[in-house]
Amino acid sequence: MVKLTINGKEIEAPAGTTILRAANMAGIVIPFLCYMPEINEIGACRVCVVEIEGINHLAAACNTQIEEGMVVSTNSSRVRKTRRTNVELILSQHDCNCPTCSRNGNCSLQNLASDLNILDLSIPSNVPENNWDETFPLIRNESKCIKCMRCVQVCDKIQGLNVWDITGTGGRTTVNTTGNLSIQEAPCSLCGQCITNCPVGALTARDDTQRVFDALDDPDVVTIVQVAPAVRAAWAESFGVSREFASPARMSAALRRLGFDYVFDTNFTADLTIMEEGTEFIKHFTHAAEHKWPMFTSCCPGWVRFLKSQYPEMVENLSTAKSPQQMFGALTKSYFANKIGVDPQKVFCVSVMPCTAKKSECDLPEMNDACGDPDVDVVITTREFVKMLKIQSVVVPLLPEEEFDSPLGSGTGAAIVFGASGGVMDAALRSAYFLVTGENPDPDAFAAVRGLDGWKEATINVPGAGDVRVAVASGLGNARKLIEAIKRGEVEYDFVEIMACPGGCAGGGGQPITLDHNLAGERSDELWRLDRESAIRYSHENTDVAMLYEEFLIEPLGEKSHHLLHTNHGLGDKH
Amino acid sequence: MSRLEIMTENRVQQAIDKLYQDLERRLSSGPTGLCPVDTALNIVTLCQSQSCGKCVPCRVGLGVLADLLKDVLDGKADSKTISTIEKTATGIIESADCAIGYDSARMLLDSLIAFKDDFTEHIEKGRCLSGTDAPVPCVRYCPSHVDIPGYIALANKGQYADALRLMWKDNPFPITCGYICEHPCENHCRRGMLDSAINIRGIKQFITENAGVIPPLAKAAPTGKKVAVIGGGPGGLSAAYFLSLMGHEVTVYERRKKLGGMLRYGIPAYRFPRELLDRDINNILATGITVKLETDIGTDISIDEIMNTYDSLFVAIGAHTDSKARIEGEDLEGVTSAVDLLRTIGDEEYPDYTGKTVVVVGGGNVAMDATRTSLRLGAKKVYCVYRRRQTDMTALPDEIEGAIAEGAELLTLKAPVRIEADENGRAVALWTQPQLPGELDSGGRPAPMNADLPEERIAADIFIMAVGQRVESDIFEKADFPLEWGNLKTLPSGEVFQDGKVFAGGDCATGPASAIQAVAAGKVAAANIDNYLGFNNVISTDVEIPPAQFENKNRRGRVNVTEREASERRNDFEYIECPMTKEGAEMETSRCLRCDRYGYGSFRGGRNTQW
Repeated sequence: MVKLTINGKEIEAPAGTTILRAANMAGIVIPFLCYMPEINEIGACRVCVVEIEGINHLAAACNTQIEEGMVVSTNSSRVRKTRRTNVELILSQHDCNCPTCSRNGNCSLQNLASDLNILDLSIPSNVPENNWDETFPLIRNESKCIKCMRCVQVCDKIQGLNVWDITGTGGRTTVNTTGNLSIQEAPCSLCGQCITNCPVGALTARDDTQRVFDALDDPDVVTIVQVAPAVRAAWAESFGVSREFASPARMSAALRRLGFDYVFDTNFTADLTIMEEGTEFIKHFTHAAEHKWPMFTSCCPGWVRFLKSQYPEMVENLSTAKSPQQMFGALTKSYFANKIGVDPQKVFCVSVMPCTAKKSECDLPEMNDACGDPDVDVVITTREFVKMLKIQSVVVPLLPEEEFDSPLGSGTGAAIVFGASGGVMDAALRSAYFLVTGENPDPDAFAAVRGLDGWKEATINVPGAGDVRVAVASGLGNARKLIEAIKRGEVEYDFVEIMACPGGCAGGGGQPITLDHNLAGERSDELWRLDRESAIRYSHENTDVAMLYEEFLIEPLGEKSHHLLHTNHGLGDKH
Repeated sequence: MSRLEIMTENRVQQAIDKLYQDLERRLSSGPTGLCPVDTALNIVTLCQSQSCGKCVPCRVGLGVLADLLKDVLDGKADSKTISTIEKTATGIIESADCAIGYDSARMLLDSLIAFKDDFTEHIEKGRCLSGTDAPVPCVRYCPSHVDIPGYIALANKGQYADALRLMWKDNPFPITCGYICEHPCENHCRRGMLDSAINIRGIKQFITENAGVIPPLAKAAPTGKKVAVIGGGPGGLSAAYFLSLMGHEVTVYERRKKLGGMLRYGIPAYRFPRELLDRDINNILATGITVKLETDIGTDISIDEIMNTYDSLFVAIGAHTDSKARIEGEDLEGVTSAVDLLRTIGDEEYPDYTGKTVVVVGGGNVAMDATRTSLRLGAKKVYCVYRRRQTDMTALPDEIEGAIAEGAELLTLKAPVRIEADENGRAVALWTQPQLPGELDSGGRPAPMNADLPEERIAADIFIMAVGQRVESDIFEKADFPLEWGNLKTLPSGEVFQDGKVFAGGDCATGPASAIQAVAAGKVAAANIDNYLGFNNVISTDVEIPPAQFENKNRRGRVNVTEREASERRNDFEYIECPMTKEGAEMETSRCLRCDRYGYGSFRGGRNTQW
């Protein structure tokens, strides 16, 4: 242990600790902008500077290690003046039109300027111009970027894609795509982790709320909304209510207040995905020689984009099952439109997703199997959903609980956990076990695949089928490690679940942004709680899904399923 | 009011002069990868600040150029901007009244040509091709990318053995480099911005002297692949060392009696004691390398046989033949080449020059070696004759000053014309034509031109020609190896042919260069040979680098090494320097600014722990 003094307080911390962390441990707060523990400890913003007795230069607290006998001041006159100057310098190059910024009220720079009582800028402002293709789902605004480099580090160290890099030199140094590619050309997975880790409004997802309002305003259009599993764990975080209060039934009521004609649940097609993908897996597993191994889950569009750009030779390993969102769209504009006697081209299908990559998935040219129009018309993120509630002044604390509409509104506990890392695998194993043995396993039998670890593995014995070796990874950096290990022959798996975002959709790039806290774990816990409390916890026991097969699809992997629910991932003819 | 006054610089001008000095140091310590357009803009802006303001082209034109360059950087330029820049700059060159104007515009026009692609990228795509490319300047400029801040930090903590093991990851000749490296690492040392570059070579020398005996690095499992290395100099032995660590079976073929190449047969012992070279070589051989001495390729074994026996081949034969001055009398008795002299003393056979007068022709490091060796062989008088000025010599300034201190006479601006023979056909005098420095050549050195003065005669007993070295490439040419300017032609990977089996590097591929460049060539070849053989055996280190301490970095002097008294050292072949003391090394290592940890290094990471 190292003994030091911070602001006159004698404290102890392990050797190797930074001043910032040691201060936090002692309850002393040091402000910062660029710092991200373990990921971005580069002392770029120089806001966390502190004074060390005997040293003639201020130190960045985020990456200066404590030393025995060090005497530190985090709020001396020298520190206060310097910190203010640095924040003013940042503000001088920042578009400070806060009221029209998507991060208004949720911005580290805004909070800091307010905390430091910066009421006027003594430094002349010189904001760089913005120039970005705003049709792409990921939008970068040069006028707001503070060059904290978090996006560069997150993409590099967590997602392993290195889409962002620092370009130019000197005063014109900025962040742009690596190799000066356009964002369309860059190998971006659209996971949105750079957005959720941006301390300001420089990185955002394309706002599509107006397209939703336009559809809601059109009397000739039947508007149908689906909402992804992970959204229910996060949608009401900014409304001052508890997670228990913000129940799926209140979320359903909230969507209905926005004016959708039908409020459905992606959980329905999550259960359906289990039926299709589970059956596909069993078919592969029992005809092992005919297939490439392992089989990868295909429900995460960020992961699918990653695989297509980084390991195109392994795209055939993906399950052919479409994601639950796309299955939902395809069924809405076929089965459901037919059921209510509406021309599918008059149906407008909206998704509320914790995800930014979904905005690109619904635009894929092959995702139009129901009627020729896009199966899903528009995807809004959880954040845009929250904005729409605010636009419409929906008072969340006063919402009653209302059920989803039928029949595409029902889901089991197995569907809810699609929103947490390991959930798809857990749900698939529950039903695969049943499909092979005719008996339900304990629904908590596969808990080894749950949790926030980036790379989990388990071997499951399914009587009659044998040992199934499964793995679960979340975060694309972990996905790359797993694939490289497979390629080197170090590991062998039969079935692998991969989610692009750390912790799965709970930590998705479309979820509400919390400054300097990652809520993926808390939201995942909520999803697993909802699963535990569900009356039905097996996808194959969803009676509406069973009815769908009876009335329409006939059987998993049948001809209709093949046409509507499966994809070749752009690889030519469906196989 | 007095009629005249003695001029004293005012305080402001003194301060400006001081700032210019600081700026000069700063410019040469600057980082790499800068945007050339931004650089051009800032140069033009500085140039304009020097304008007296009298004339239009300079006063107005330079500002216009700066504005146009800003437009390029701000994405406000179009294709016309470039022609406007060219037109304006040409106008300034043509019509500015003094150098402040026309030389500024000349620099800009030069940069427009050199950076055409960058200008185009900015104008057409609004983006910059540049970006700081090296967190740690010394590592970037070391051809073999040795972890310099790493070993300096270890040395600062007294961990000399760890420091040496860290060096071995990238360079199997650390002792050698501590003595004779040209240390390009120091040229861009960021410490230069504050006061002066860290004495990296001196620290390295101190480390290798204090590291003690340590076992070689761990080897990878045997691969069963066999690699031949032709040439036992720094390039060949470096490749052999790394390939051996990677688990390959390596055989080195050396034509001479001992290993070391130019380190033994080109560098006299007073600059690098033989027993220290042997220590580096023994450490290399301890990894398990087969050596075949006095085996000449083409005579004792054919290239075909080597090609058929081994899975891969690295050619590193150096540049051991002398170039000719092409003057009359060069073949006379009494005329020798510096290469021959240094080779002879490499095998510890010392000719006796007692009482003789010696003329050395040339201005490079080899000329200095020949000059200082001649003094040590007992010569009464040694002249070093060079056709340009002292400042134009390619020899390191320390070498020139050392030679002068030891009593050599530098005769500059004298072009050799012919060597006169006596009646027995023995060389007796060198005739030279006095020169004047002429216009600058493309390299920036003035081309010498004949002065209107008569030829001069320099009488002597021994004449040593040190005007360059060549590669003995004949047998490789016959084996259809591609050549360029007499050197073996290679790809950047070191490959000679596209098939990837045959590699070459070091002096034989570059022409005479430094030891560390040869080491780097060996390292590059080893990595690519390993891949060619179907492996990816990485060379790594487990040495932990002490964390950088946040401490005051006040401006202070660099600790230089001193030399033995000149009048004493000129009489023997003992080592001439007095290496750093422990106290000096502690002070010098603490000057390191730890670029691996501060600045861009904290963002991009300051080191590669493996390659």
